[in-house]
Amino acid sequence: MSDTTATGTRTPLLRLTGCAKHYGNIIALTGVDLEVCAGEVTCVLGDNGAGKSTLIKIISGMHQHDAGTYEVEGEPVRFASPRDALDRGIATVYQDLAVVPLMPVWRNFFLGSEKRKGFGPFSRLDVDLMRRTTKSELAAMGIDLRDVDQPIGTLSGGERQCVAIARAVYFGAKVLILDEPTAALGVKQAGVVLRYIVQARERGLGVVFITHNPHHAYPIGDRFLILNRGRSIGYHTKDEITREELTSLMAGGAELEQLSHELEQAATAAANGAASPSDAAGTTGRTAPAAEKEEAK
Amino acid sequence: MSDTLDVGVRPPTRDERLTEQSLPARILVRPEVGALVGAIGVYILFFAVAEPFRGLDALATILYAGSTLGIPAVGVALLMIGGEFDLSTGVAVTSSALVASMFSFQLTANLWVGIAVSLLVALCIGWLNGYLVIRTGIPSFLVTLAMFLMLQGLNLAVTKIITGNVASPNISDMEGFDSARKIFAQEWSIGGANLRISVLWWLLFVALATWVLLRTRIGNWIFAVGGAAHSARGVGVPVNRVKIGLFMTVSALTWFTGMNLLFSFNSVQSGEGVGNEFLYIIAAVIGGCLLTGGHGSAVGAAIGAFIFGMTTQGIVYAGWNPDWFKFFLGAMLLAATLLNLWVRRRTEVTE
Ligand SMILES: Nc1ncnc2c1ncn2[C@@H]1O[C@H](COP(=O)(O)OP(=O)(O)OP(=O)(O)O)[C@@H](O)[C@H]1O
Ligand SMILES: [Mg+2]
Repeated sequence: MSDTTATGTRTPLLRLTGCAKHYGNIIALTGVDLEVCAGEVTCVLGDNGAGKSTLIKIISGMHQHDAGTYEVEGEPVRFASPRDALDRGIATVYQDLAVVPLMPVWRNFFLGSEKRKGFGPFSRLDVDLMRRTTKSELAAMGIDLRDVDQPIGTLSGGERQCVAIARAVYFGAKVLILDEPTAALGVKQAGVVLRYIVQARERGLGVVFITHNPHHAYPIGDRFLILNRGRSIGYHTKDEITREELTSLMAGGAELEQLSHELEQAATAAANGAASPSDAAGTTGRTAPAAEKEEAK
Repeated sequence: MSDTLDVGVRPPTRDERLTEQSLPARILVRPEVGALVGAIGVYILFFAVAEPFRGLDALATILYAGSTLGIPAVGVALLMIGGEFDLSTGVAVTSSALVASMFSFQLTANLWVGIAVSLLVALCIGWLNGYLVIRTGIPSFLVTLAMFLMLQGLNLAVTKIITGNVASPNISDMEGFDSARKIFAQEWSIGGANLRISVLWWLLFVALATWVLLRTRIGNWIFAVGGAAHSARGVGVPVNRVKIGLFMTVSALTWFTGMNLLFSFNSVQSGEGVGNEFLYIIAAVIGGCLLTGGHGSAVGAAIGAFIFGMTTQGIVYAGWNPDWFKFFLGAMLLAATLLNLWVRRRTEVTE
C-alpha cells in the first residue's frame, strides 16, 4: 500500500515535526510531532483548549504552521487553503462541521466537490446523481432521511454530524481527519462512527481521530498523541501504553498528580471488572480492533 | 480526489434516537413566492383603479421601467445571496455612461472603443470593491459606501473639467452610435406598444442568473459563501474568488444599464443615479434575498423590479399624487422583510 524507502521503513502519509502555531501572541501549539500511516488510526487526545483543533486545521490546510515541517508522503507542503489538502486526498470533518445551514443536504454533501455533466459552458450539476448518492451514502450510515432537499440546518445535531462524516469518508481518498466526531452523538451513533473509522482503516486510509474520550480512542487507535496546553505530553504507539496510562495522561500527567492518582485507582478498580478483555486487546495491538469490527458486524 | 471510498452498504435502519423531520414548507420557503403574491396584488389594484393601466402599451412601459432597475438588480441579488452589499451601483451606472461617452468624444474614437474602455473601468471598480472587502475584512457596506462617494465626486468633477458642464456631450452623430444603439437601446413598435430591447436583455440575464444559481457549481458556491463563508472555505470553495467575481458581475450589469441609459438619451447628467442603489437592493429584498446572505433568487429580484415598474407607472396612470410611491415602497419592503424573517426562523440552525 505505502511506499517503502531503501531502509525498509514505510513513508508515512503525513508527518509533522516540531509544528507550532501562534494566534497573535497566543501560542496555540508548539513542538508537536505526528505521523499518520496508511491503514493506521492516529488519535489526538487532550483537554479543551489543548490545541487539538488547531493541529488538525494545520493538517487540513485551514491554517498554516508557523514553525516546524509538514510533509505529505515525504514531500514538504504548505497548504494555502483546504482545497489544496482535499486535492491531496486529505478530507476533514471539522468540529463545527463546516455545513451551510440554509442549503439542502445534498448540496452540502457535495459542496466544493460537485459532480457535473456536460462540457464547457454547458457544464452543469448532475443533480440526480448527487441526490441519489447522498441518500445512499447516508443510508449506509443508518440515517434514513425523508428528504435530501431539506435545509441541513433543520436536521438534528447528530444527523448533521453524520452527514459531515459521510461526506468526508466519501471524499477522503487517503487521509480522513475527524475532529471530535463522537462528541455530539449518543452511544449508538458513536458506535457507528467508531466502526466507520475501523472500516476506513481496513481500506488502507490513514485516519486522524480527535477526541476527549480515551475509551473511544483506545480500542481503535494505533498511535496516541496527548496534547496539553499546546504541547505534546506523550506520543505513543499502542503497545507502549495501556488504557489506564492514557486516561491518566489525559488528565494532565504530573501537573495533576492527585487527580491522576485517584483516576489510576478508579481505573484499577475498573480493570478488575469488565475491562480485562480490552486489556488483552491492547497487548495484541492491531488485530484486536479488527476482531471488534467482526463482532460488530 | 476522484477516488471515493465505498463503505460497506448496510441496510438502512430507522434510528429512533433521531427526531422525525418536519417536512419544510418548501413551497412557501421558495424565495420568490412572497414577491409573486405581492406582484399579483399590486397588478390587481392598479388594474382595478386605473383604466390606462390595462393596455398593452402600458405593460410595455412598465416592463421598460422594470428593466432599468431589474438588470442591475440581478447582479445585486446574486451579490446579496453571496453575503455582500454594493452601495456604489447607482452612481456606477452613471460613471459607465460618462466614461464611454467622454472617452470616445475626447479622442473622437469609435463609440465601441469607449464602450469597451467603460466596461474595463467598471470591472476594475468591481474588482477593487471585492478585493478591499476580502483583504481588509471591512464590511462591504462601508467599502462600497466609500466607493459610492468617490464615484459620485468623480462623476461631477471630471465631467466638469472635461466638458465644463454637468452633462456629457451628445454622441448621437458619432461613429458606432447606430450599431451600439441597436444592441443597447433598440425599440420596436408592436401593435401600438413600444417594446425595448432592454426588456429582452433583462429576461435573458434573469434566466442566465437563475440557471447559474440552481444548476451550476458556481451557483452552489454563491449560496455557500453567503450562507457560511468559513464552512465553505473548509470544504474547498474558493470563497475569495467567488466574492470578487460577484462584485465584478454587479459592475458588468451596472455598466450594461449605463450603456442603455447613454444610447437611449444620447447624453447623461453627471449627478444622476444617486439613490438608485437602494432601489436595486430593495428589489432584491422584496424578491426574497436575505440581507444576511445565503438565500434568494434572481427571479424574485426580477419580480421585485417589476413591482417597482408597476407602482411608478400605476400611480401616474391612476392620476394619484406621485408622493404615494415612496409610501408603497416602504410598505412593500416591510412586508417582504417580515416574510424573510419568517423564512429564516423556519430554517434556523438548532445548535
Ligand atoms: N482563531 C483563534 N484566535 C485566537 N486564539 C485561538 C484561535 N483558535 C484557537 N485559539 C486558542 O488556541 C487554543 C487551542 O484551541 P483549540 O481549538 O485548538 O483547542 P481544542 O483542543 O480543539 O479544544 P476543544 O477540545 O475545546 O475543541 C485555545 O486556547 C484557543 O483559545
Ligand atoms: Mg477542538
